[in-house]
Amino acid sequence: MAIASVAHTGPAAPPPVPPGRRRSLTPYLLLLPGIAWLTIFFVVPIVTLFGTSLQVPAEGGETGVFVQAFRFANYVDAVTEYWAQFSRSFVYAGIATVLALAIGYPLAYMIAFKAGKLRNLLLVLVVAPFFASFILRTIAWRQILADEGFVVSSLKWLHVIPQTATVTASAVAVVAGITYNFLPFMTLPLYASLERIDPRLLEAGSDLYGNGFTVFRKVTFPLSLPGVVAGTLLTFIPAAGDYVNAALLGRQPGTAMIGNVVESRFFRIVDYPTAASLSFVLMAAILVLVFLYIRKAGTEELV
Amino acid sequence: MSQSHRRPPLSPEAAQIVRAMQAGRLSRRSMLTGAGALGMGAFLAACSTSAPGATGSATGGAGTGTAPAGKPSPAVDTSDTDKVVNWANWTLYLDFDDKSKTYPTLEAFQKKTGIKATYSEDIEDNDSYYGKVQAQLKAGQDIGKDIIVLTDYMAARVIRQGLVQPLVESVMPNKTRILPNLAEVSYDQGRKQSLTWQSGYAGLAWNKAKVPGGLKNVSDLWKPELKGRVEVLSEWRDTLGLIMMEQGKRIDGKFADADFENALAVLEKQLNDGQIRQVKGNSYKEDLISEDALAVIGWSGDIFQLVAENGDKWDFAIPEAGGTLWSDNMLIPVGSPHAKNASTLMNYYYDPKVAAEVAAYVNYICPVQGAQAEMEKLDAELAKSKLIFPTAEDLSNVQVFYSLDPETETKYTEQFQKVLGN
Repeated sequence: MAIASVAHTGPAAPPPVPPGRRRSLTPYLLLLPGIAWLTIFFVVPIVTLFGTSLQVPAEGGETGVFVQAFRFANYVDAVTEYWAQFSRSFVYAGIATVLALAIGYPLAYMIAFKAGKLRNLLLVLVVAPFFASFILRTIAWRQILADEGFVVSSLKWLHVIPQTATVTASAVAVVAGITYNFLPFMTLPLYASLERIDPRLLEAGSDLYGNGFTVFRKVTFPLSLPGVVAGTLLTFIPAAGDYVNAALLGRQPGTAMIGNVVESRFFRIVDYPTAASLSFVLMAAILVLVFLYIRKAGTEELV
Repeated sequence: MSQSHRRPPLSPEAAQIVRAMQAGRLSRRSMLTGAGALGMGAFLAACSTSAPGATGSATGGAGTGTAPAGKPSPAVDTSDTDKVVNWANWTLYLDFDDKSKTYPTLEAFQKKTGIKATYSEDIEDNDSYYGKVQAQLKAGQDIGKDIIVLTDYMAARVIRQGLVQPLVESVMPNKTRILPNLAEVSYDQGRKQSLTWQSGYAGLAWNKAKVPGGLKNVSDLWKPELKGRVEVLSEWRDTLGLIMMEQGKRIDGKFADADFENALAVLEKQLNDGQIRQVKGNSYKEDLISEDALAVIGWSGDIFQLVAENGDKWDFAIPEAGGTLWSDNMLIPVGSPHAKNASTLMNYYYDPKVAAEVAAYVNYICPVQGAQAEMEKLDAELAKSKLIFPTAEDLSNVQVFYSLDPETETKYTEQFQKVLGN
């Protein structure tokens, strides 16, 4: 807007322009590093990826050799072949997001309003898992929840789970792993928006005879919505593309997510076009879902 | 075969870029600048993954190329001034001293030659390693490794695609010590570009306490009491190879698609029934330790190292119907500027004494003649081990998976991956 209006007044009065023109260039100069970064590290790879997704195998059938074509049917093939893994990814990511919200909201609420002196310590604890690689942490869960491990043996001894049950190598373990790994991404934005709420608004709520629940429903929750939107996006988007949890905690063939298929197509079968088209479809699907979600939830206060 | 096909010539700009990348003259940065000047189609073509055939015809189109011109050319060797060698290998594949946290034979090599050697356990499996490095290798770039170690079928692929360079045989007098049955391989006549690192078997391994009777055949893995506690290898040649042999088929020569599919059907059934817990690469070892897996299709040497490090809890056997025999091969990537240092290191490990030291640790089949005699001095017990020094009779019960053509390889891999849900 500001740029447009400056540009509009520009031609009308050329002589006194110098300071104005300099100002009109500033926004572009400020944008330059960002645009250059995005061009090199986003636009170029995405164009390359798109090109790859339309390639066809070269004659002779040498492994990993493809020639450029415009075979859009690659997309049709990819989706018809793998719609089950696509749906599974979105279902797992959806469940994990809801679970992370259910766990993360009370946690963030507690840290923001009730923690007192412990607040900083608790915040560090939320962030602490980032200090270790998430692959190592996921592998650690496999050891903790191993069939002969302490936890599972105790549960079996107490007859909480059947004697033959396994905790890891299951769909439940995959969803639990995703929830665990993305919980900090949910908690931190929730905390940020809860912490900013003016306590006087809550007092005003009680002064108006709202009980605790009503104040939460009418005041706290609506004011924390930006955090909810940010947290769910930060959880759902990477969760839908995740493949580590399914690879480490899942069981073939029933828990393969779309990330695992891309990995298999790219590395094992050496079928770059299908891997690229699957990536593109995943990107488009997430984009559509996020767009619909944001339209519904609103982004005015997302920052 | 990939050289024979032609594709439409690239635009002159794209061809120039491809040629320059070929010669390694173009940095990534100038590549981008150059690409900016091109049309979209030409840009896509320049970025296409088609190295050998495509670049061959691109140079051909410009009137300079001959048939082998499609492959990247080896980097200039700076070994004499730059005394380093970087080696990428698989896990638990070189003698390691827990106390000093060093590799004793490698330390000795550095002292002896003055070449600084860096060793990394970078290779988790053939496919993913190929996926990681192939694009750089096809562009003739240095991947930072001077020796990589790949199993037969993958060694065949990288040699066929020209992604490795010849060994510097003038510094390798020990090369002639290779076992006769490994000296000639179909994918590398005369072993000019590859040298066996270790060979080994895929067979059955089990937890002795939990599986008291042990395992004799692959079908023993499907016993009800092992439900959910069985793991098999993600290298499908090993897993399906063992199943095929159990079904009375041979895998060392061409077989019918139906034979492959029958074996795959067994795997699919056991996966869907929940008998098999997971299909894994090297990491099945962790599950044996945690006892999530009680019985596996695994690799001989792995199991003996597990026993050495974690106690005598596991045993290994080749199934009565036969096991697979594979070899891992040392190769020099095409972009490596240290081919001579790499060859010097390979030569060092073909000294029978050094080879015996490595074999005593890794427990795989030692490919070096004379190592058995050296092993007598080191550990008389191990010198009798049939898993390190097999006799002709031992080798009669194992088969090497035959070299598939690329199309069949892709087809089988795809079928296998689909059964895994991918």
